[in-house]
Amino acid sequence: MRYRIPSTIAGAILVVLAATMPVMAQAPVDRSKPPELGPPPALHIPPVVVRELANGLKLMVVERHNLPVADFVLVIPSGATANPADRAGAADLVANMLTEGTTSRSALQIADQTAYLGISLFSSSGWDATTVRLSTPTAQLDSALALFADVALHPSFPPTEFARVKQERLTALLQLKDRGPAIANLVYPTLLYGKDNPYGRSVVGTDASVGAMTVTDLSTFYHHHFAPNGATLVAVGDVTPAEVEQKVSALFSGWARETVPTTDVGAGLPALATTIYLIDKPGAAQSSFRIGSVGVARSTADYFPIQVMNTALGGSFTSRLNQVLREDKGYTYGASSRFDMRKHGGLFVASAEIVSAKSDSALVDFMQQLKAIRDTIPATELSKTKRYLQLELPSAFETTGQIATRLGDVALYGLPLDYYNHVVDRIGAVTQGEAQQVAEKYIDPSHLTVLIVGDRKTIEGPIRALNIGPIVFRDTNGNPVQ
Amino acid sequence: MATAAAVVFAATGGAQSIPRIPFEKYTLPNGLEVILHQDHTTPMIAVDTWYHVGSGDEKPGHTGFAHLFEHLMFMGSQHVPTGQFDQLLEGAGANNNGSTTEDRTNYYETMPSNALPLALYLDSDRMGFLLPALDSAKVDLQRDVVKNERRQRVDNVPYGKSDETILAALYPKGHPYSWPVIGSMADLSAATLADVKNFFRTYYAPNNATLVIAGDFNIDSAKALVKHYFGDIPRGPQIPSRPSPAPVVIPRDTFLVLQDRVQLPRVYYTWPSVKNFAHDDAALNVLASVLAEGKNSRLYKRLVYDMQIAQDVNAYQNGEHLAGYFQIIVTPRKGIAPARIDSLVREELVKLQKDGITARELARVQNSTRSDFLRSLATDLGKAELLNQYNYFVGDPDYVQRDAARYDAVTRADVQRVARMYLGKPKVVLTVVPDGMTALMVKGGGGSR
Repeated sequence: MRYRIPSTIAGAILVVLAATMPVMAQAPVDRSKPPELGPPPALHIPPVVVRELANGLKLMVVERHNLPVADFVLVIPSGATANPADRAGAADLVANMLTEGTTSRSALQIADQTAYLGISLFSSSGWDATTVRLSTPTAQLDSALALFADVALHPSFPPTEFARVKQERLTALLQLKDRGPAIANLVYPTLLYGKDNPYGRSVVGTDASVGAMTVTDLSTFYHHHFAPNGATLVAVGDVTPAEVEQKVSALFSGWARETVPTTDVGAGLPALATTIYLIDKPGAAQSSFRIGSVGVARSTADYFPIQVMNTALGGSFTSRLNQVLREDKGYTYGASSRFDMRKHGGLFVASAEIVSAKSDSALVDFMQQLKAIRDTIPATELSKTKRYLQLELPSAFETTGQIATRLGDVALYGLPLDYYNHVVDRIGAVTQGEAQQVAEKYIDPSHLTVLIVGDRKTIEGPIRALNIGPIVFRDTNGNPVQ
Repeated sequence: MATAAAVVFAATGGAQSIPRIPFEKYTLPNGLEVILHQDHTTPMIAVDTWYHVGSGDEKPGHTGFAHLFEHLMFMGSQHVPTGQFDQLLEGAGANNNGSTTEDRTNYYETMPSNALPLALYLDSDRMGFLLPALDSAKVDLQRDVVKNERRQRVDNVPYGKSDETILAALYPKGHPYSWPVIGSMADLSAATLADVKNFFRTYYAPNNATLVIAGDFNIDSAKALVKHYFGDIPRGPQIPSRPSPAPVVIPRDTFLVLQDRVQLPRVYYTWPSVKNFAHDDAALNVLASVLAEGKNSRLYKRLVYDMQIAQDVNAYQNGEHLAGYFQIIVTPRKGIAPARIDSLVREELVKLQKDGITARELARVQNSTRSDFLRSLATDLGKAELLNQYNYFVGDPDYVQRDAARYDAVTRADVQRVARMYLGKPKVVLTVVPDGMTALMVKGGGGSR
């Protein structure tokens, strides 16, 4: 299996114009150059039907009738950033607990019905939102929706179930220390934002925050943040808007409005001159690299130039980082970069798992590429990158679940309903100058935060010899060590 | 109080039927099988080529070869300079990848529907014209990449070496499944350019491949394109017959221990079972779900939910083309001895073998399985993979309805029978323990708690 780098722009909802293709006569094959392709398929965006219940719950419905299935996503616009400072992990544990018992169903009954109906029902929480997702065959639609509404609206947070879930979470946090890449992902945000900023605290919590968590913390979070006003329910599949509206109204109309507290996250830590943080993972076969800085919010006016620039840097298989570190040097199975755009300024990070013995050489290459992307991207490379982003759009909208996820983002980030009608044009309009400007603006090689989790005995000396920046040692929780 | 009874549909009525995958299949004079399936839902196409060769065709001392070779197929061919394979596809909005198993190697592209000629041009060039462009520099480079893949999947992963340890104990020396697909570092180091070329000449011929095109295209145009690009590739020599090892029998329980840099021990039970699509394959899959899928499953409920002495439990039937095994994996919580887990696992297995399962347990698994089949039909690539899989393993591309029917036909008695028949036989038990704690290994013996 080759390394797969997910691209960052989700695509349009598309319907086909049958593509025309040349019919070849019995001529000898001309292999001297690749075939000329006809025009890409024309795109039609099927309508998104929007309704709003009296209590403020917004519905978004897209019909897709090729399979007898439907996906529902309830988007609650509160996530980890809404956690109390000493309760990291609260939103995520609330999400976990929704399927652990309601006022009328036990945890075992919910699990039994989920399997019996052949549905998928789960809830999760990210930085900005908590979502409840249902995927069901339409033959079971009524029973599935009733269960979905019950876990979303009537969770009871049973103390015995929470005691078990808490122990599972604490054990998972313990096991996380087995994996260098997991340690890197956990610690890196604290280096950029500090633990006083919500973005610097773990979405899944820490030993201390999870250990201190009570069911009262969870039900308080739930009652403050789970409200119909501000929430969106997306439905995609073998259903009609009228049918969805009728069924959803019956189940969700009694959900009462709340005054939902707003959350803010402050800025990240001031960027220091490029500093290398090392976490020792004795015997590690590879070093986990995370290199970046505080990035931008999803609402940035620079969104499309950033996506184009980052795709060229590390957002696809043929991107520079993967090309150099994997395909030219063989130091890794894959290298990539991404801007994690959230309601507020999420992080920019370049990553790879590098064979321990080449950690120093790889760091040199990383730094070179992060510097070189600030030069003008050659026209042919820019054009290939833009075509890739434009033409692969349909692949992010193939299934009902994918479409529901995209519409959930439209709701969460307040994008216009016709947003995806214009993505292709917006990418097409990005110029070499704009790509260069955003690289200069958001990637500063002299102020990068470098984290390397690896076998200190092997990697420290060679990295120190590079003189790229001061080396600071941290433990696996991100705390200073001598 | 709403209860399970409030759920209205029964296992036999109201269940969602599985649609078939309409297809057209034909074979070019050079032996290339072609399967076409149209679906105009999204303006996309998936092209999925299976070569009928995998790590099971390797020889001891040359492990990891089929997978290393997979990587070389992306490095350019006579008319496609190095790097251009990926550059051209991405420039057309296509994504591509490949994978290797014990039995086959696949290569696929997903693309906007205008890009089909490009995918067929590139795939035909690497099928017909790979060797002129192959040199030892490419082999050396991808050897390094694959070694890093092994580090990222095996060597730098907790419990990462458990699979290869179990395979070597489960299968007799020389059995084609006794080594891992990724291979050993030593064998990867030893692979030569001559080995690679010989492998291509032996296995990478149109008469050992099936090309599936699924999605938004015109049948006549696609046929013309396939003939145009693949028609002039010569048929290769007769493909060596696949090995046909004798069924695996373990004379007695084998207990192994492996030290690793892990916080918690983990216990793996592995029994020889049956091949994919064999008579008892579906019943064994159902058994795995009854044991470890969801909160109400036997082992999960006892160990994780009720007693809370395990962090996770997994079970599955892994049927491959030549053989199969059934596996149960349990991770004890901190401070819980694996031996205690062991006695409870055995107790639950004996209970199931003795008393069988309930109608509700069977219905849960059958209904969930039917939905899984529906979901597997949601993408062009998913359907292309199913067509290839059924074509190769059962000789009929449109087998999905009958595959689903295998699970509907499983009875409670079947599940009890396979639990007795296969899980009653000797097994391999591996305990992975934190470094220095070999005393924690499960050693069998004592039958009581």
